[in-house]
Amino acid sequence: MEQPLLQVIGVRKAFGGLLAVNDVDFWVPEGQIASLIGPNGAGKTTVFNLITGIESPDAGKIMFAGRDITGCPPHVITRAGIARTFQTLRLFPNLTCLENVMAGQHVRTKAGLFSSVLRTSRQQEEERRIYEAARRCLDKVGLWHLRAELAKNLSYGDQRLLEIARALATEPSLLILDEPASGLNNVETARLMDLIRQIRDEGITILLIEHDMDVVMGISEWITVLDNGRKIGQGTPEDIQENEEVIVAYLGKEEEDFSWNSCN
Amino acid sequence: MEMVSEAKELPRRRLIYGVLYLLLLIFPFKAGPYWTDVATFFGIYVLLGLSLNIIVGEVGLFNMGHAAFYALGAYTTGILNTVWGIPTIWLLPVSGLVAGGFGYILTRPIIHLRGDYLLIVTIGLNEILRITLINDPWGLTGGPNGVLGIKRMRLGSLVINRPIHFYFLVLIVTTLVVVVLLRLQRSRIGRAWNYIREDEVAAEAMGIDVRSMKLLAFVLGAALAGIAGSIYATKMMIISPESFTFWESIVLFTIVILGGMGSIPGVIVGSAVMMVLPELLRDFMQYRMLFFGAAMVVMMVFRPQGLWPSKRWQLEMGRETEE
Repeated sequence: MEQPLLQVIGVRKAFGGLLAVNDVDFWVPEGQIASLIGPNGAGKTTVFNLITGIESPDAGKIMFAGRDITGCPPHVITRAGIARTFQTLRLFPNLTCLENVMAGQHVRTKAGLFSSVLRTSRQQEEERRIYEAARRCLDKVGLWHLRAELAKNLSYGDQRLLEIARALATEPSLLILDEPASGLNNVETARLMDLIRQIRDEGITILLIEHDMDVVMGISEWITVLDNGRKIGQGTPEDIQENEEVIVAYLGKEEEDFSWNSCN
Repeated sequence: MEMVSEAKELPRRRLIYGVLYLLLLIFPFKAGPYWTDVATFFGIYVLLGLSLNIIVGEVGLFNMGHAAFYALGAYTTGILNTVWGIPTIWLLPVSGLVAGGFGYILTRPIIHLRGDYLLIVTIGLNEILRITLINDPWGLTGGPNGVLGIKRMRLGSLVINRPIHFYFLVLIVTTLVVVVLLRLQRSRIGRAWNYIREDEVAAEAMGIDVRSMKLLAFVLGAALAGIAGSIYATKMMIISPESFTFWESIVLFTIVILGGMGSIPGVIVGSAVMMVLPELLRDFMQYRMLFFGAAMVVMMVFRPQGLWPSKRWQLEMGRETEE
């Protein structure tokens, strides 16, 4: 077993009377591509929001790189090394691609009001570093030639890549991707899978939420399955494919449970 | 990005701005004192517009009570000068600090509000302050009559009292403010503000401390408005609550929206329209507001990005020169 980079311990979150996440335990091994899967409404995105600090859990603990990050605000968690993309794209639409990606460097830099106004040499040096980092990240996803384009003018697939570039610019050790393949065609999906592997090879751990089973089984090395806010399985893709409970959750025991599948 | 795309554009644009600035320097010597005064008030509005532009244009926070900070600056200068006799030249920065400090205290509890909610609360702030001034707390603000007999600024042996003096005072302060804002726009801070305006959740996820960045914008905007208020107080020598009404806040808000959110030239154009248009329409006094309202509606329909939008709206040009 690899060392866990992220550990979610007994986490619970309720919205009103709805228990969205119920005592979920799972971990993400360092340096691997892990996935979080489950039927619609299983609580995957809630778990993501808990990890990234957009929501805070009612109970339980989230450990990242040996540090307790439970309930920390998002900017602290990003600084600690967790970056994310959004299921529904959340770019900065009226800013250029380059500016979008420069956003990621915010946590890695520290020029304040006065050094920015005075243009100190340190601030200038930092600006160059931000620019270079943004260039590297745009290059990695192959969007450097579109750097001066407004984010909103990009094609859907390119916008997804831009979000990944922006997340990479925060220099994360864990990259969380919320359904990165949704809305992509086959060619784009294949390119995305290559990119995810390439990012993993550079030493960044990946946690994926994905509906597309081909993508999940194709690149994941570690899978956690949620259903109705509970964890029902965790293991390698092979383990998961043979897990009785998972098969029931996905395919349904009886005919009427089958319907959710056609919604995807 | 701009470093590359502007390389060719830059010298030409610098020349145009240089010539325009030269005209500003010559202007008061050619124009009479009346027009110099008009230009001075125009400058004060530019200053106020720039200060509000930080909050509304850069960060996208709807502040409809900006006149409150303008008033805080003016009354700080007025009260400290008439009661304790502190020279008004010192009070120029002090008023900025006081207004900025109040900006921090007043907006800290409401900074998490978004859009229309913040707008309503800032209107409330404006009104509360105006009514407080009328109620003459501790006999400091002089009630509806306001503060009278504010001394002019004195720089060594030079007393800033003639229109031309005020003109250059406003020009110097505005120039400094424009330089500061231009530098901020192209810095980590300015970008963080824009990220918040574009998508607050994404900005937060990118590691931007949204709350402190918003507070910083409010404090800076309030401080600059306070400085504008201080200049106004020494220019008028008398200030009263009726100069800082909700209507004043609407005018300032309109300057920013009309000119183009987040655009410095936009603020200047917006101030010109808001100052000049009412003057031109003076003959049609009773139809003035009607005409004005109609002009605003037409603007919002046909040119929602403002008269002089910030550069990103026109990136079409930059793209071609770049590759």
